[in-house]
Amino acid sequence: MMRIGIDVGGTNTDAVLMNGSSVLAATKTHTTEDVTSGIVSALRQLREAASFDPGDVAAVMIGTTHFINALVEGKNLTPTAAIRFGLPATRALPPLVDWPRRLVDVLGGHSYLCHGGHEYDGRQISPFDEREFREVLDKVADAGARSIAVSSVFSPINAEFELRAAQIVDSEYPELSVSLSHEIGRMGLLGRENATIINAALRDLADHVTSGLSRTVAEAGISAPVYLSQNDGTLMDIDYARRYPVATFASGPTNSMRGAAFLSGEQDCAVVDVGGTTTDVGILQSGFPREASTDVAVAGVQTNFRMPDVLSIGIGGGSLVRSLDGRVEVGPGSVGYALTERALLFGGDTLTATDVAAAAGLIQLGDNDRVAGLDPAMVRASLESIATRTAETVDRMRTSAEPVPVVVVGGGGFLVPDNLAGASAVLRPEHGSVANAIGAAIAQVGGEVDRVFSVDPGSRDSVLDAARQEATDRAIAAGARPDSVSIVDIEEVPLAYLPGNATRIRVKAVGNLALGGNNA
Amino acid sequence: MREIDETQMSDIARGAAVLGTGGGGDPYVGRLLAEQALRQHGPVTLLDVDELPDDAVVVPVALMGAPTVMLEKMPAGDEATNALRAVEQLIGKRVTHTVSIEAGGLNSVTPFIAAAELGLPLVDADAMGRAFPELQMVLPTLSGVHASPMTMADERGNAITLQTVDNAWAERLARAVAIEMGCTAAVSLYVLTGKQIKELMVPGTITLCERLGTGIREAREQHRDPVAVATELLRGKKLFTGKIVDIQRRTEAGFARGEAHLDGVGEYLGSRFELAFQNEHLVARRDGEVVASVPDLICVLDTDSGEPVTTEMLRYGVRVTVLAAPCDPRWRTDAALELVGPGYFGYHHEYMPIG
Repeated sequence: MMRIGIDVGGTNTDAVLMNGSSVLAATKTHTTEDVTSGIVSALRQLREAASFDPGDVAAVMIGTTHFINALVEGKNLTPTAAIRFGLPATRALPPLVDWPRRLVDVLGGHSYLCHGGHEYDGRQISPFDEREFREVLDKVADAGARSIAVSSVFSPINAEFELRAAQIVDSEYPELSVSLSHEIGRMGLLGRENATIINAALRDLADHVTSGLSRTVAEAGISAPVYLSQNDGTLMDIDYARRYPVATFASGPTNSMRGAAFLSGEQDCAVVDVGGTTTDVGILQSGFPREASTDVAVAGVQTNFRMPDVLSIGIGGGSLVRSLDGRVEVGPGSVGYALTERALLFGGDTLTATDVAAAAGLIQLGDNDRVAGLDPAMVRASLESIATRTAETVDRMRTSAEPVPVVVVGGGGFLVPDNLAGASAVLRPEHGSVANAIGAAIAQVGGEVDRVFSVDPGSRDSVLDAARQEATDRAIAAGARPDSVSIVDIEEVPLAYLPGNATRIRVKAVGNLALGGNNA
Repeated sequence: MREIDETQMSDIARGAAVLGTGGGGDPYVGRLLAEQALRQHGPVTLLDVDELPDDAVVVPVALMGAPTVMLEKMPAGDEATNALRAVEQLIGKRVTHTVSIEAGGLNSVTPFIAAAELGLPLVDADAMGRAFPELQMVLPTLSGVHASPMTMADERGNAITLQTVDNAWAERLARAVAIEMGCTAAVSLYVLTGKQIKELMVPGTITLCERLGTGIREAREQHRDPVAVATELLRGKKLFTGKIVDIQRRTEAGFARGEAHLDGVGEYLGSRFELAFQNEHLVARRDGEVVASVPDLICVLDTDSGEPVTTEMLRYGVRVTVLAAPCDPRWRTDAALELVGPGYFGYHHEYMPIG
């Protein structure tokens, strides 16, 4: 099965053409402001590198940090109103509480509380007050908000308030888009609500990006479906991404770690992804990225997403190298995408980590004569500092007492030495510099079960087993290789207000895509 | 005596959640509530126990219910203040100080909110040195101090007064009311004199919370092992490191009850571990054998970050380290073990003190 994987990062847009499990071509180009022209040139370069018939491409898989960057930079966000049903409870901490001031301002700061929501046992906290809600909607429209995030206390148990609110908005304010918290997050009101607000704020951008992606791919003569990578490494179709952009948030680290696992064949290892500005270190356990266990803040916003556990340090190919009182300092400052203009090797005047690596003979790039005169002691000290800090980061991430294999990927991988302390081996797989795009191309498929089960006393184990099996079957039906499927999430929410020990059970199973061709 | 402002609440709430042994509420919600109150009303004065006049009228305030519920149905904000004001009316005396009833992410900071709003000084102490699930489980009970007159308040503005024959009845009746209020309620109870505070409470709890919270944060910032720092500060010991493979949880009789099963990692590879909780962790078993139980502290921390993980935050796949730490020695007498020992919670094993 021939497919194209694309990674749109902050600096580079990488693309790979894969058939089965072999990489036919890989390219690297600059990311553009509009995203799409970078993809256009990536696709063009792919066709130059390996002539293929666009009609033979079965799927295009795209991973992008565009949405998370929009939030981090506070750019291209839709004016959004957050409306919560919960009064008289929860009023001490209204929606958008604890958000960075800057982001609240960008979104317009529209935060409203309405009566409603449910108690733990299914009673209503207060009845739905249509007049109150309509007054809020009028204010929302007057204030210029174009997207609404609706949350309700205990909506994972009973979504009636959120659904009724959506119905009213759809029929009376069709120009407003609505994001509902029970469709987006798990138990824990603030984290779920925050994820819903982020989703609502990304709706315009998601519209813009997804239609741009579809168009770009179609214009390249590829009629295959376009998918986006999700946080958990599975794929979503482009229409889902349009409605739930928040689900693509953490796909960058997920893709780089899965790409590293695929290229190296390692199942349990540390992955060191050296980019232009930062190095991300994550851990693979049985081939899966290890997840962060406590709530994570994204761009200063507390959420309860499941995200890969990644530690970042400010070291990359573009890192500034400075000598201070006989000590050498590498990073966290970086020339970033301007490496090919500002680095010494390329005729610039800035000493970067890449220059130092070239001086030490680790890499052949640019004009080597320009770094020949660097002080060898300084070169050695900077590379040692990079090695020590990378080793420390790997050490902090690993959970086993023994040294672990370390897989190095990313454009700046040459900065990591072969004899890294704490590493049982340092592996540099072929095509490692485009591991993210490969991660996108080998994305996994998921199967999910989310419904109410009757859990009679003593029957929990068998009910859970049945739910696990069903999720597994669905993943296989969606194209996962049976031997690769595993359960990645289980959540049980007892619904005390329903008879018969009703419990909402959510199970997600994930497996590798059956690729066809060799090694599939 | 010192002043506490909103910048210190994050560390205090983190440390309190460690002493909360899985219960006592979400430290994130606790921190947000307290920061808001302190920003609005200014810093709170924290008094050492020995700075307290003997005739001080000290009234504790806390939230009761199931922490799983509070994660969704957050407070309106004035419940605790309303409960404390209602006690003041009831006893016909001006309250001079407030204090924590237990350590916990939410319950250590709730008195800060009441203190800030009412302009009361807060005493650096608590009634347990940890968190326990039931309201009779405080050291003053062992000396015959009555929980009532007590009051309860909810987010709707309902307030209830209880007068009970003993503290077990106070728990029983208050629990029924809390369930009707939606499994969360503010309570104000155990009216104490300054002299009783000095004799019966655990001194210095807020300071210990702050040291724990600061220690964990700084260890993380300095790339040292935050779990080891917490273990040392508590004079405790590590019981297990693993990954949660099963979690059962139910809101039952006004509590969050359940069990968590862990598979070992690293040096515990191949071992299994089980935690049983009723709001707080009650019993820890490794490979079927009890390795810690109430009244000693069983604390669950995120293995990497050292952040306390409350029972409502336990979920499939989370990697945690479990530690045990010795309780206040007053909890180890026969009378105390009858109140808070394994037997009270229906376990038949003999209590084996930690440390």
